[in-house]
Amino acid sequence: MIKILRYSFYDLARSRWSYIYFLFYLLLGFVLLFLNSNLSKAIITLMNIIIVLTPMIGTIFGVMYFYSSREFTELLLAQPIKRGTIFLGQYLGIATSLSLSLLAGLGIPFLIYGVWQSSEIWNFGMLLVAGTFLTFIFVALSINISLKNENKIKGFGYAILLWLFLAVIYDGIFMISLVVFDDYPLDQFTLLASMLNPIDLSRILILLKLDISALLGYTGAVFSKFFGTGMGTVISFTVLVIWTFIPAWSMLKIAGKKDF
Amino acid sequence: MINTENLSKRFGQVQVLEDINFTVENSGVIAVLGPNGSGKTTILKIILGMVIPQSGSVDFGNASILGQWKYRRQIGYLPQIARFPDNLKVRELINMIKDIRGEPANEDHLINLFGLNKFLQKRLGNLSGGTRQKVNIVLTFMFDTPLLILDEPTAGLDPVSLIHLKELIEKEKKKGKTILITTHIMSLVEEIADEIIFLLEGKIYFQGTVKQLEKMTGQNDLEHAIAKVLREDD
Repeated sequence: MIKILRYSFYDLARSRWSYIYFLFYLLLGFVLLFLNSNLSKAIITLMNIIIVLTPMIGTIFGVMYFYSSREFTELLLAQPIKRGTIFLGQYLGIATSLSLSLLAGLGIPFLIYGVWQSSEIWNFGMLLVAGTFLTFIFVALSINISLKNENKIKGFGYAILLWLFLAVIYDGIFMISLVVFDDYPLDQFTLLASMLNPIDLSRILILLKLDISALLGYTGAVFSKFFGTGMGTVISFTVLVIWTFIPAWSMLKIAGKKDF
Repeated sequence: MINTENLSKRFGQVQVLEDINFTVENSGVIAVLGPNGSGKTTILKIILGMVIPQSGSVDFGNASILGQWKYRRQIGYLPQIARFPDNLKVRELINMIKDIRGEPANEDHLINLFGLNKFLQKRLGNLSGGTRQKVNIVLTFMFDTPLLILDEPTAGLDPVSLIHLKELIEKEKKKGKTILITTHIMSLVEEIADEIIFLLEGKIYFQGTVKQLEKMTGQNDLEHAIAKVLREDD
């Protein structure tokens, strides 16, 4: 599997888009630090960007890479390699390459700024952890969609819709239902609703760590009230891990049954 | 070596293969023939595990292949359409497949034979269809595998390369290998095939030697024999 991972990784690493993605984060990091000249504020701004952007880039790259590497996949399928190995290797190759762009792109400016010596290092670390989780989750989700759709345009469309739904529409529906069912106890509903959306979950994970109650929002507040900060962090982290495994597992399931 | 039982495959509404039973015991060249869309490629891909049959079983050397992968070490496959990652160079592709298979390969004399030396540093996306097919042939024949599956190996080849390919097939046959081949060039079949499997609408219409088919249809060459079968079918 390591061989497949390596080839996918290098294939992506050689493409222009990985560098653009990396340079974007590099620039973003420097600009934010320059404008805010305050680590904590920069981290909050960055959070809002990361929880929307990493899923989007994960989705787009996942779909794009999957469709464009179809020849490579078919070539591998005729070789003595397990199917699961081929798809797991490619998935990990894409997700690792994107995560490295994120880690290096943001890591470099923040390290130069001296995040290592500051108390914000753990908050910054949590931000990168959440971004990495989201990358892995959304790459896996988008490969699921591409495996199910032979038609590129359709696959691309569904993948973008999924991202749009989880990043934007989900919150809207959630807010509306909070208003509509105002008279009912909504704590458990809120907990469930936020666990079903990895983007919400990552936001909560970061905010619990930042410990700024004003920014927690309704879901975060319920989380911290229900579980406390420590337990809330552990639970949201665990659910994110589950969120990473389920789409990867289902990707292998679908790939195992597919005809090429 | 290969044994299939009641093999059926449906793509959506289309029944591509229906109750296919055949056995390939001996070494030699077996040509899988049939009109377009008769399921030739599907059979080959099922043997490779790329297409998963709805029902039935495929055994390779007395063990079922379903869900298995190690048996592919013994197969060299030449796909019908030579599609490779466009941004790789020919040399990189060959090295990659060698690395992934991790088996000894003998590619140098094949590269010379097909005159691919000057293309080794070119990207696959920039190669012509025929050259790509030659790369395809090198990738298939460079490993020493007891079974070779060749899906339309002649597509896009110039006459000289075609002769080289035929010699290559003869040579592998003499080594005692089994070669499954699909093609629409009947003269090639007459020349090299020991046995033919003729598919019609997802079923095996005939399995035997070229001579037997000619006798059965009362024709004196394969092209006419097959044309007769197809016309009767209409």
